[in-house]
Parts: sequence; C-alpha cells; structure tokens
Amino acid sequence: MSPRHALLLFVAVLALAPIVPGVPIFWITLLGNVGLAALVAMGLVLLTGVGGMTSFGQAAFCGFGAYTTAVLTTVWGWSPWASLPVALAVVGLAAAVLGLITVRLSGHFLPLGTIAWGLSLYYLFGKLELLGRHDGISGVPPLSLAGWSLVDPRAAHVVIWIAVILAGVLTTHLLDSRIGRGVRALRKGRIAAEAFGVDTSRTKLVVFVWAALLAGLSGWLYAHVQRTVTPAPFGLNAGIEYLFMAVVGGSGQIWGAILGAGLVTLLKEALQRVVPALFGNALQLEGVVFGVVLVVLLQVARDGLWPHLARLLKAAPRVRPATAEPLPRRALGGGDRARPLLTLDRARKQFGGLTAVNDVTFSVGRGEIVALIGPNGAGKSTTFNLVTGVAGLTAGRVSFDGVEISGSAPQTIAARGLARTFQHVKLEPEMTVLENVAMGAHLRGRAGLLAAMFRLDRRDEARLLAEAAAQLDRVGLGEHLARPAGALALGQQRVVEIARALAMDPALLLLDEPAAGLRHFEKQALAELLTKLRAEGMSVLLVEHDMGFVMGLADRIVVLDFGTKIAEGPPDQVKTDPAVLEAYLGGVA
Amino acid sequence: MDGTILLFLLQDGITNGAIYALLGLALVLVFAVTRVIFIPQGEFVAFGALTYALFEAGRLPGTVWLLLAFAGLAFLFDLVEAIRDRALAARLPRVVFFDLAVPGLLAGAAVFVAGRGFGPAAHFAATLALVGPLGPLVYRVAFRPIAGASVLTLLITAVGVHLALVGLGLVFFGAEGLRAPAMSDLTLAVGPLLVTGQSLWVYAVTIVAVAALWLFFERSLWGKALRATAVNRLGARLVGIRTGFAGSLAFGLAAIVGALSGVLVAPMTTIYYDTGFLIGLKGFVAAIIAGLASWPLTAAAAFAVGVVEAFASFFASDLKEIVVFMLILPVLMWRSLKQVHVEEED
Repeated sequence: MSPRHALLLFVAVLALAPIVPGVPIFWITLLGNVGLAALVAMGLVLLTGVGGMTSFGQAAFCGFGAYTTAVLTTVWGWSPWASLPVALAVVGLAAAVLGLITVRLSGHFLPLGTIAWGLSLYYLFGKLELLGRHDGISGVPPLSLAGWSLVDPRAAHVVIWIAVILAGVLTTHLLDSRIGRGVRALRKGRIAAEAFGVDTSRTKLVVFVWAALLAGLSGWLYAHVQRTVTPAPFGLNAGIEYLFMAVVGGSGQIWGAILGAGLVTLLKEALQRVVPALFGNALQLEGVVFGVVLVVLLQVARDGLWPHLARLLKAAPRVRPATAEPLPRRALGGGDRARPLLTLDRARKQFGGLTAVNDVTFSVGRGEIVALIGPNGAGKSTTFNLVTGVAGLTAGRVSFDGVEISGSAPQTIAARGLARTFQHVKLEPEMTVLENVAMGAHLRGRAGLLAAMFRLDRRDEARLLAEAAAQLDRVGLGEHLARPAGALALGQQRVVEIARALAMDPALLLLDEPAAGLRHFEKQALAELLTKLRAEGMSVLLVEHDMGFVMGLADRIVVLDFGTKIAEGPPDQVKTDPAVLEAYLGGVA
Repeated sequence: MDGTILLFLLQDGITNGAIYALLGLALVLVFAVTRVIFIPQGEFVAFGALTYALFEAGRLPGTVWLLLAFAGLAFLFDLVEAIRDRALAARLPRVVFFDLAVPGLLAGAAVFVAGRGFGPAAHFAATLALVGPLGPLVYRVAFRPIAGASVLTLLITAVGVHLALVGLGLVFFGAEGLRAPAMSDLTLAVGPLLVTGQSLWVYAVTIVAVAALWLFFERSLWGKALRATAVNRLGARLVGIRTGFAGSLAFGLAAIVGALSGVLVAPMTTIYYDTGFLIGLKGFVAAIIAGLASWPLTAAAAFAVGVVEAFASFFASDLKEIVVFMLILPVLMWRSLKQVHVEEED
C-alpha cells in the first residue's frame, strides 16, 4: 500500500464515520477532539520535529483564536465565518511578535521562552474583563453553512477533519519545496543552508507563524464546537500535551501528528474513565501516566511511533526528476579581466590574545585555481571563514569583484556568487542527495511560501531539481540521487557538497579540503573536474593538505604558517621555498 | 505610596528573592553538570514544604513511600543494567547498598522521628533526609539512560518528570494545602519595619547555602570534578571522573536545596502539591536572565525577580504572575539580538 492510498483510505474512513448508522455520538465527538488536537500537533511537528524549535506555548495560540472569535461573535454579533480571518490575523500577529523575539534564540532558550509567555498568556486570559475572566465566554454560536446550523457533532466532525486534511496537505506541500528544503535544513544544516542563501531567521519565523496559525484555527473551531471558551484548555499543561502528541507521533512526520493526537486523546479518555474506577475519584493519575509514558518513550523510541508505522507503507521511490527548461547561467569570464575576483587585503582575525590570521593579503584571479596550504593550525580554515562571512574580520578587508564583502552575512556573500564546501561535511543526512544538491540552487528559484503550499511552484521546482540532477551527473554521482545523503561514503559526500556548490552557479568556488577521504581515482576525477571548470572560466580557492593533489592542479599556492603568509607563487617555486620547507619539515635538510 | 510601604515591599521581595536565588543556583548547577533544564526543581520545594509541615503536624509524610518507590525503581534499573553488562556479582553489593539499604534506613529514621515531637530541628533534618535522595534517584531513573541526548530531548524529559512528580505529589500528599508553624516567633522592629524570625532564617540559610556551594566548587576535589564535567563530559571521563556520579551528585544537591527552600517557605505561605512549580519557575526566570551560566548573576536576578513580584502584587495583584514571567522577554530579546552564529553541536 503506498502512502497516498493509505491516506485516501484514512480519509474515507473518517468521512464515513459519522454517516455509518450506529456509531455512537460519543465516538464522533472524540474523533472531533482528535482532529482539533491534530491541527495543533501538526504545527508542532513542523516546528519541533522538522524545524528543531520546541514550543510549549502552542495552547496559547489556540487561546488567541478561540477568544478572538468568541468576543467577536458574542459581543459584536459577527458571523463565525467573518471572524475566522480576524482570528487568524490576531494569532498571526501575536506569533510574529513573539517569534521575532524568540525564534532567533538557539537551543534551549526558545522552549524556556515559550514556557514563560505560555504561562503569562494563560494568566492574562483568566484576568481580562473583556474575556470574562475565569468564567470565560459562553453562548458562542455554532458554525452554520447556508442557513444550516452545524450544531450536530456529526456535522462539526466533517468541518474539523476537512480542516485537518487541508492543513496536512498544505504543510506537506510546503515541506516538499524550495522553502521546505530550507525548513528541513534548520535542525542540522543551518550553516550550510545559510551558505547557499537561505535566510534561516526568516524561515524560522515563517514556520513559527504557520504552526501558530494552525493552532489558532484549531482554537477557532474549538470555540464554535464547544460553544464556550474558558482559560483552562489554553494553559501550559495543554501546551505540554500538544508537544507530547507531536513526540509520540514522531519527529518530522506531518501525518504522525494525527497518530499522536489520536493516541494521546484516547489515552486521556481511557485514564479519565479507568483511573477513578480503580482508585476512587480523589486521585488523578493522568499526569503521572503521561509523564511516565513521555519519559519512557524518549528513552526507548526517541523518533516516535510514526516511523515504525510508516515502515509498513511502501514509500514511492524518488525517481530522477523530469527534464525541465534549464536555469539561466551566470556568464563566466566576463568582467574586468585585469581586476582579481577575490582580494584579501591585510585580513586579520584575533580570538582574544591569539592572532589566528595575521594581516594576510592575497587574491584569486578570474579562471584561476589558488590553493591555500599550511601546517595544522596555520589559520587556513579561519581565513576561509573570513571570506565566506562565517567569521567577522578584526581588521582589513575582503572584496569580491571590486565590492567589499567583509561584514556581510553568509547569505549576502552567497548571493554574489561565492559557493563553498565544508571541511566537515554538512549535508542534511535524512534528505536525499538530490534535495541536498537542490538546496545549492536555492537562490536561483523564486517560488515563495504560498506558491509552494498551493503547488504553483512546480515549474520552478522542476527546474531546480533538474539542475541538481545535472550537477550530480557532472560530478559522477547521478546514480545515487535518490539515496539519503547520510547513506553515502564520506568521500562521496564531499563530492555531493561540490555538486551542491556548483548548483549555485557560482563565479568562485571555495573548497575546504575537498580531497580529504577520497580514494586515488576519485582524486583524479576531482582534479579533472576542477580543471574543466577552470577552462569554463570558474575561479577556485581551495584549502588542502594533499600536496600531490595541489601541486598538479593549482596555478598559484599561498602558504600560511601561524596565521602569517610565508610564501606565494606557482607550485614549483613554492616547493623549493626555504621558508615553506622550514615550516613543513622544521628546517632545510 | 510612602516610604514605609516601599520598604515593606522591598523586604518582602528580598525574602522571596532569597528563595528564588537558592532555586536558581540549583538550576544552574544541574544544567551545568548534566545539561538538564530541571523543570521539576519546584516539585522538590513542594515536597520539602509538605514533608516538613506534616512532620510538624505530628504525622508521617507520604514522602517515605515516595522515596521507597523511587528506590525500588532505581534498584530495578541498576539490576537490569548489571545483568545486561554481565556484571551482576560485582555490582550487586553496591546496588543493594545505595538503592535499598540507604533509602531504607532514611525512611526508617523518618518513621522513627514522625509523631514523637522532636521539634523543628529534627523535622528539618528528616525532611532533607527524605527529599534529598529523591534527586539522585530521579536522575538514575529518568535522565541517566539518556545522558548523552540533546538538551532539547533532556528538556522534554524534564517536563515529563515534572508531570509525573506533580501527579505523585497529589497521590502521596493529597489535595489539601498545608502551612507549617514559624520556626521562631521572634519579631524585631527595625525602624518602621517588622523583621520576622522566619525571614531572618531565610537570609541566614541562603547565605550559608551559597557560601557552602561556593566552597564546595572552589575548594573541594568533588566540586572541581563537577565543574570539569560541566565543561567537557568526555574529557572528564578520560581523566577518571565518573560523570554518572557527577550527575547524581548534582541532582542530590539540587534536591537538598529544593527541600531546604521548601522548609523555609512552608511557614510563610500555604503549600499545595502543585505550588512548587510556580516557585521553581521564578527561580528559572532568574537563571535564564543569567543565561543559565553565572551564579552571582543568577542570585542578583533572583532578588530582582522577588522585588518586581512584590511591587507587582501591590500595584496590580491580578497581573503579578504575568509581570514576573514577562520579565524574561526583554532579556531573551536582548540575547537574541546580540547572539552570534555559532555551530550547535546538539
């Protein structure tokens, strides 16, 4: 059974549930609750599982949605449908403000921040006169459609699940796109994503707001299904429960959210019935059971249950993308030939008292391969980071094609046509080789968020994927494009990084130890590729340890030792330079 | 507002701030050593307060059974691990001693103390003896099996532990709130202010605890081992520090500090099984403001939190909690603005 068929079957069962006679109304209501929770959990899966941002505060966004519509419909007499866009706008605005403050925070400060504002908002809901304080707002009208009131749980069930499936489809589309690759790279591959022009801060904010909108939609539905809104369901505990659902379902699996929401909602229901029967009413073991299950789950199955279930479904193998109209290419070899492409002018980097790069000056010409060599700790990688914008200069300047780039963000530098590889391979291991390479072409596509969600980006996307496939063919890894990047050997992963850099259509290629871990014939193939690129007008700056590789390839070599340039020139000259021999061999023999 | 009210609010804030400082320090300690953001810290406060109040009321606190339950669980975990490592014979004596004998003895001592009217000092000691061991036991059961996981996984686990402990608090202490009698009836008039003996106790204990922690970390070998673990887990292991033990020690200290705060709070306010969470979170606000790293900064932030809370409850008591938790936001915003892009390894 393919995932698509499984989904269709699932939808059919859901749609039929209310129609089948004899299904008790209790179950329909419960299923509706599952759907409401699944909406929130889906946003959290995207936020936490895919994007790596943990939020305990999603319930507060449900609250924004629910209270907005409750006030508008009861106090102002609006129709629920008219209040929907307003409710979503309020939620979106709140999320944008909170997101601007918190999403740039790394690691654990974000979840702690969400706990803080989650609690604050809960208290706020309970204290505001307008929101009815702790009693909340009752008498919220039910949804109605063309004069037909959807007060029956069976009708509400249908509305809820249409929303869930719509949200799931839109979110899945979002992830399977140019923007989506950026989202999926947030967790592990942020540095690499930024090096190819993905604005990660903006991507994070977009994901955060989308997750909040899903929660807000759930809150809006909740208000009109329950007909009454009180602060209790929007507190921190509810936020924790939603996160619990996302974890149970599985990290990074959009449809796993439904599984998680279903299991947790049913577990809660069961506990509320069983526990009092066993222990009497005084005790509420719900929290204990939840807490224990959560801890055990993280100890034994950190990826949640969905991946185990998904194994039963045969995933459709990713095939080679269809050919598409090629992307426009940068004209190489143009510009002022006399002016070097990249210039470092007395570039300096100090870490406290340590001078890692000491007033280094050199340049890379158009169509030239320059190698940066030196013993360990010579400052090669730091120099590299100064060029790519990963590290800031202490003094001096770096300019590219006559424009100063020192001080710019990696994304800005990438946009000028500098593509890089990393010394420690930075691929997103769970994404396919093709998708990883397509990330390199990020700046060459322009389809945005909405286009992705509504599948209006297919032409754009096909061109990006075709470009990625072409670059993989070029480096000789075309047959591996459907495999997860993490499954390749290290040497191959390095070559994938080169393909990714090429997919950006750069003017200058920055390679950080590209030959490390390659076998002899792989090195030969790499040298041939670089020679060919040079012939096409590409400039290359490479940091390398492998002398044989560098000597046969580079036009010029720059030698660093203890952060200072000690020699520069063609390979033959550098090879016999006494200062170089001194640095490498500790003295002339 | 006149000067008296101002002084009164300041005094109130500083007293509460001292408690938050203790908790904040414990949180920084646990995070530094184990990378666990210990959300359930507040539960130790509630357990400590309720245990002490029950002793004072001449009853046997449920903490005894809680301790024994956790000890049994830890025993099972250690047993299974020993069998899996095929080292049962070698480890059994240790496991029996630490997981069964020590908790059993402490529980026995508590049963002995309960209801005999030995007075606050004995009850105080018995409370620490019951709640303190819960720290290492919780660490053993919930965190040690995933000690290498990412900070986020550990954080979500901590939230799970929080849920479980609050639920267990309800089971073992019931839903009623308790308040212990003051440790001393002393009241001093200092100018317009009335300083209670209880608040003097709070100041004294905070100062002693902070000094003791400082001495421990600066002067003792174990303290240095903990700091080494905090800096580099693998490196610490390589020079022979048992990082698992370091984790237990950190959690033990955190539980003792939590229980201590609980005992200090118990006479000042009514404590319910779930009160600890909010108190602990205010310690958190302080720790987060200090970036979960600096001790002096945490203590300073804790006093600020206490004072802000006191003033907020005077001017807008409805919005007290909101004001306190929103204190975090400007700090986080400032952090996010000055944050540089660094490689995150987990």
